[in-house]
Amino acid sequence: MTKSVGKRKMGKLERRNTLIAYSFLAPNFIGFVVFTLIPVLFSIVLAFMNWSGGSNITWAGLDNFKLIFKDFSFTKSNLGIALKNTVYYTVATVPITIACALGLALVLNKAVKGAKFFRAVFFFPYVASLVAICVCWNFLLMKTGPVNQVLSFFGINITKSWTSSRDLAIWAIIIVSVWRNAGYYMVMYLAGLQGVPAELYEAATMDGANGWQKFTKVTLPMLTPTTFFVSIMLVISCFKIYDVVAIMTQGGPGRSTKMLVTYIFELSFGGEGIATSAQYGVASAVSMVLLAIVLLVTYIQFRGEKKWVNYM
Amino acid sequence: MTTVVTKKKHTGKKLTVGHVIGTIFKYAFLLALTVIALIPFVWMISSSLKTSVDVFSIPMKWIPETFHWENYTQIWEKVPLLAYFKNTAILAVIVTFMQILTSSFAAYAFAKMNFRGRDLLFMCYIGTIAVPWQVYMVPQFIMMRSIGLYDTIWALVALQSFSAFGVFLMRQFYMGIPNDLSEAARIDGLSEYGIWARIVLPLSKPAIATLCIFTFVNTWNDYMGPMIYLTTDIRKTIQVGLRRFIQAYSADYNLIMAASLCSLLPVTIVFLFLQRYFIEGIATTGMKG
Repeated sequence: MTKSVGKRKMGKLERRNTLIAYSFLAPNFIGFVVFTLIPVLFSIVLAFMNWSGGSNITWAGLDNFKLIFKDFSFTKSNLGIALKNTVYYTVATVPITIACALGLALVLNKAVKGAKFFRAVFFFPYVASLVAICVCWNFLLMKTGPVNQVLSFFGINITKSWTSSRDLAIWAIIIVSVWRNAGYYMVMYLAGLQGVPAELYEAATMDGANGWQKFTKVTLPMLTPTTFFVSIMLVISCFKIYDVVAIMTQGGPGRSTKMLVTYIFELSFGGEGIATSAQYGVASAVSMVLLAIVLLVTYIQFRGEKKWVNYM
Repeated sequence: MTTVVTKKKHTGKKLTVGHVIGTIFKYAFLLALTVIALIPFVWMISSSLKTSVDVFSIPMKWIPETFHWENYTQIWEKVPLLAYFKNTAILAVIVTFMQILTSSFAAYAFAKMNFRGRDLLFMCYIGTIAVPWQVYMVPQFIMMRSIGLYDTIWALVALQSFSAFGVFLMRQFYMGIPNDLSEAARIDGLSEYGIWARIVLPLSKPAIATLCIFTFVNTWNDYMGPMIYLTTDIRKTIQVGLRRFIQAYSADYNLIMAASLCSLLPVTIVFLFLQRYFIEGIATTGMKG
């Protein structure tokens, strides 16, 4: 067999192979392109257009961006408030969730009878119907609800429903988010802990390390890849927060829990019960801000990866 | 003390007072966490069996004085709850089936075949997982409306059936199936479709179970999608319907809790049956990514 014949044969085979591969991909890929990729590209274009849903579409240039950044301030302009609230929520939720998830995983990773039972219990809030748990927490956090009753037993008197207080409403959302997601990330930490070699702990014991030292010098460094992954997932999901807010506070009281997505939603579909004319162009401009932030934060996290993440 | 010492002799392990206290502490801690995780659900059950006046009585009673089971019959008459359940079940089943079919098919190509542009295409898929749906929900909505899918469950089917996440999850699992198996089958003359159907698919039951619950739970709990797309009352899904119920009967706390509890049941059942696979599945996709 000469070289050229072999090559041609390979080429034919490769082409056939590629065609078969594409046929495997096609059902998912076509749906993916039509319902995800095209809308993503469309939203970029839309951010530079004027459109309220009718037949009039006009080029807007940077007008939409100028509009949302007009009189920008973290206390007055819609975008500023939405940004501030979203960042506040993210900064509070991410570390608390990580601490809870890691804590749960550490307890369950020890020899515990019924570990599977506890694992399922801690995970359950994550699968429970969203509206049901949000409304349940709304009631629990009411003025005379159980949470305030327990707190007043400890001498902390809260005389308001959490969701109708300007200061506490965002914490109601943080509490529900942490409670709901801790079990999910616990599972990831459990998987991470399985990957820590027992020899490392043995070596640390021989060197006379106590429990705390083992935790800070062995467990935490070995878990950094998990923490890295978890923190990226969490940050992205925090910036996307919408449904808990929509069910529990609708962005209120006032604008105290208005988030970026709440703002996008209001611009496109009006507030709940309030019909305003759709401003798709402006909504897409805010979407671009959201996208830019998510990409930027993810990029920074990846840049910082080498500094603190240890891969074996 | 003496019992501890005898125990120590019996087991031959190091067992000190400190260990015993530690064990007690550990379980007390776990119990406290269990209470925190489950108490909203207990409260839900308790409130659903009270009258609406008694729900916020001070001091609160965990066990109602009389059990008002009629709350559970009343809720079905107030709003078309049964229709909501049916719609959501149909939607969740179709979406789950479509996701598993298209994802496992595409994942096979990514994991077990060599073709030009494979890695680049895969990176595109992964990239879109990071793009929040909220960024493109508006254009997607406009598109769906223009092709006449607005206010039908087919919009939601189209929305959720082709996820990049499903492909990613299945691909991660397929990567763990030894290539020798598919190579041997190729030599034996089995086509790629045959390998997928007869070898890879039967071996990937845990991944299928994981994707199955993931999709089912997400579709069942999805709030934003149905809220945007469904306007006709009897076409709504349970989450949006439940929200409507809450707004219409905002003072009937007991009925709200009864309806909420009913909405929890299907996912709870699915979770209990498949939770072992589910939890393993999250762990593997989370870590190997």
